Amino acid sequence: MPQFIDRRLNPRDKNLGNRQRFLRRTREQIKQAVDKAVRERAIGEAAKGGSVSIPSDGIGEPQFHLSDSGGDRERVFPGNKEFVSGDQLDKPPGGRGGSPRDGSDSGGGEDAFSFALSEDEFLDILFDDLELPDLVKASLKDATVCEYRRAGYSNDGTTPNLNVLRTMRTSLSRRLALRRPSADDIRRLEEELAALRERNSPRFAERRRTAELFAEIERLKRLRRVIPFIDPIDVRYNRFTPRIVPRAKAVMVCMMDVSGSMGEREKDLAKRFFILLHLFLKRKYERVEIVFIRHTHEAAEVDEQEFFYGRETGGTVVSSALKKAIEIREKRYPIADWNIYCAQASDGDNSGGDTAGCLELLSDVVLPWSQYYAYIEIADRGDDEDRAAPTRGKELWRGYAELAPSAPNFAMKQVHGRADIYPVFRELFAKASRKGAAP
Amino acid sequence: MIRSSPEARAGAPAHLFEGADWSFPTLRRVYEAVQTIALNDLGLDVFPNQIEVISAEQMLDAYCSVGMPLMYSHWSYGKRFVRDEALYRKGYQALAYEIVINASPCISYYMEENTMAMQTLVLAHAAFGHNHFFKNNYLFQQWTDAEGILDYLDFAKRYVAECEERHGVEAVESVLDAAHALMNQGVFRYRRAAKLKMGEYESRRRERLKNEAESYCDLWRTVPGAAHAREPTLSEQEARERKQRLRLPEENLLYFLEKNSPVLEAWQRELLRIVRNVAQYFYPQRQTKLMNEGCATFVHYHIVNRLYDDGLISEGALMEILHSHSNVVHQPAFDDPHFSGFNPYALGFAMMCDIQRICVAPTPEDREWFPDLAGRDDWRGALKDIWANYRDESFVRQFLSPHLIRKLKLFALGDKAAESKYRVEAIHDADGYRRVRSVLAENYDVGANEPDIQVVDVDLLGDRELILRHAVRDGVPLAETSREPVLRHIRRLWGYGVRLEEAAAGAEAVR
Repeated sequence: MPQFIDRRLNPRDKNLGNRQRFLRRTREQIKQAVDKAVRERAIGEAAKGGSVSIPSDGIGEPQFHLSDSGGDRERVFPGNKEFVSGDQLDKPPGGRGGSPRDGSDSGGGEDAFSFALSEDEFLDILFDDLELPDLVKASLKDATVCEYRRAGYSNDGTTPNLNVLRTMRTSLSRRLALRRPSADDIRRLEEELAALRERNSPRFAERRRTAELFAEIERLKRLRRVIPFIDPIDVRYNRFTPRIVPRAKAVMVCMMDVSGSMGEREKDLAKRFFILLHLFLKRKYERVEIVFIRHTHEAAEVDEQEFFYGRETGGTVVSSALKKAIEIREKRYPIADWNIYCAQASDGDNSGGDTAGCLELLSDVVLPWSQYYAYIEIADRGDDEDRAAPTRGKELWRGYAELAPSAPNFAMKQVHGRADIYPVFRELFAKASRKGAAP
Repeated sequence: MIRSSPEARAGAPAHLFEGADWSFPTLRRVYEAVQTIALNDLGLDVFPNQIEVISAEQMLDAYCSVGMPLMYSHWSYGKRFVRDEALYRKGYQALAYEIVINASPCISYYMEENTMAMQTLVLAHAAFGHNHFFKNNYLFQQWTDAEGILDYLDFAKRYVAECEERHGVEAVESVLDAAHALMNQGVFRYRRAAKLKMGEYESRRRERLKNEAESYCDLWRTVPGAAHAREPTLSEQEARERKQRLRLPEENLLYFLEKNSPVLEAWQRELLRIVRNVAQYFYPQRQTKLMNEGCATFVHYHIVNRLYDDGLISEGALMEILHSHSNVVHQPAFDDPHFSGFNPYALGFAMMCDIQRICVAPTPEDREWFPDLAGRDDWRGALKDIWANYRDESFVRQFLSPHLIRKLKLFALGDKAAESKYRVEAIHDADGYRRVRSVLAENYDVGANEPDIQVVDVDLLGDRELILRHAVRDGVPLAETSREPVLRHIRRLWGYGVRLEEAAAGAEAVR
């Protein structure tokens, strides 16, 4: 009889190792493809993973094989319709050659090789050499929390942590070892005794048996009393040990200027930046919350839809957004529990005189409790030639530029177009010099 | 359930299953029924079966590690995996219904998505058709060790993992890459002659001398034009001795490199050996694709029809099975956009059926062409004999009948480099049968469709340049795209220069 085996429950990712080897080998090409995908596709879509194409040069598996053209060859085909021996047929241009080999992947094909990456793999590669700035705050204690984890069993503890299964197991082994009589044993003897008494026989042997039974039952009952069902030494508790873990919660405060000067294009660029930041934080923290604050001359906390698509008109007072952020932070996000990241996008306009106030708020209040503060300025479309000279920013840029050198957790960048977002993001969070090229 | 089929015979046994869903008890019942027919009716001889049901993801997994349940790790399997997965998820490519492994016990995988009718089909196809072929065909018997393969792969997997740990993934990869490039040149095509014992060697030599003395005729010396026998020069003699020591020429490049490379370390040689053994294990499969599928298809066709005749499966189930069967054996004509060469299922099945027909109901033409088969009632025996003793090339050469050539309307098309047009060399007429048959047989000759590359010389005491020779057949050169990359791989394994000459078969080097 054959063996029938249900393999469906076996682990599925048998090829995970091979897949990782392949990804590692093609990492450079995939990275380029991923960067390109992020630059070209909508970010929300691109970050979902999915198909990427890489050139197939680096992953060829060459083998000797015979050429498709040249030489004399003869082949048999099915389905003759009208040919007779001796017919001549035109050769197709390019030489199909009638070789049995069709373009397989093992040849040195020049086609792109496309396949799907999972979301995790995609993000892994996307954020490959990026690092969260100031993951650990100035005081280490702040960045960690104590968490209790299960770790085996212990002999003492509190009742809610009682482990019944373990307790019963030790109790059983103790009772077996000490030969504690079971209730059944006693019942059997008592039944025998009752039967003897009923007969009330005068025979000596039976009377002696009655006395014996009596004594035995007494002895067993005493044993049961002396050896308790559950002894305090049987009791086991679940043990918990405290472990220091880094704080796993982060809040991302997005601030954006929505005054008239910010058009569709500017908002779209800002949105891309925020999405990247969000994805990035999500990889590092278990829980990431987002606060959206938009501002004109006054600031308000809004939901995402409103944040990106709502319309509002008014002047531009950047400090209002900072004040709002401070207020929300104080109300909802105690520093002890939360890593706070701020990202601000603006076209650089600010009403006269407000910038000084902003700097004060930033350096006195916001920066001290922020892990990182990133400011991107959306430059005008025509500013391409200005890229080489980013210092020629607007009002807010010039103000922030004074602050940047003295604040290690503050970074600023200018963005000109869609393709800029990702490089700028990389530069902001690049591993070695995370302070970027802030002037 | 009420069956209103007019053919429902009274007293006929109940169907083995109804509906599409399968379960393990049903699978077991069907297996028993199929086995009864396979063993008692067809008289097949099979390895014990191990039947495993797997999911689609697992099928994908099995696909890319060349169908084996375990395989050493290599990035190329990962590449195959990501590609197949992308194709499958987008719906460009369906997965196989089953995979069967030439091992004892014979492991076959079945997709959980299959309906019960499909499971019946693939059980008959894989667990009995392929299984019988694996166990009985001479190539498999000669070259593969069905009992040992899984253990060997287990060893290979662990060994490769160990090497990766000790020498680094990249170092192992570079050896495996190079070895994979030579996989097709890493098989023995012929058995080595058994080593002679000392005594035998001596008696052979005496016999040879005696034979030479007896057949010596002084007249031959005087025949004009004969090359004058001259003493070989010293360097020629050296070269000959050198080649003899290395047993050159050698067509198994991997074997040669494993044994003789001056730069490889022991673990690297072991890796070459592993790749070589795997290549050798698959070599019979490449030579018997047509027969193997033909045999399995014929077997499943016969068995499901018997199941239906015996009233064990319903008409609906038979219809479903035949529907897939006819999809599998569909052969598009050469001008069809779907044409991509011969479908081994189609041609193999057609030939098996044709042989059955020749045995049972021969025409005068069959009697002339196949005197041994025609009218031989025992078609089961005839087929089993063929399955055991042929490979694709010899099978086609022997058993492709004029009847089938006409039915498939085969024609041979010649493509000569010197001519500007193709020429139809033969069609399905009396003049053409033999030509069509022999050309098709050659098309199925694995050896003839692969470059014949041999190590011809190397001076280990001199510059150590390894000289390979490609014996060019019919002027067909090596594909340029892969030539250099493969040579680079060989250079890495050899450590010194490697030169590849091209020579017309049987002639001296041309370049």
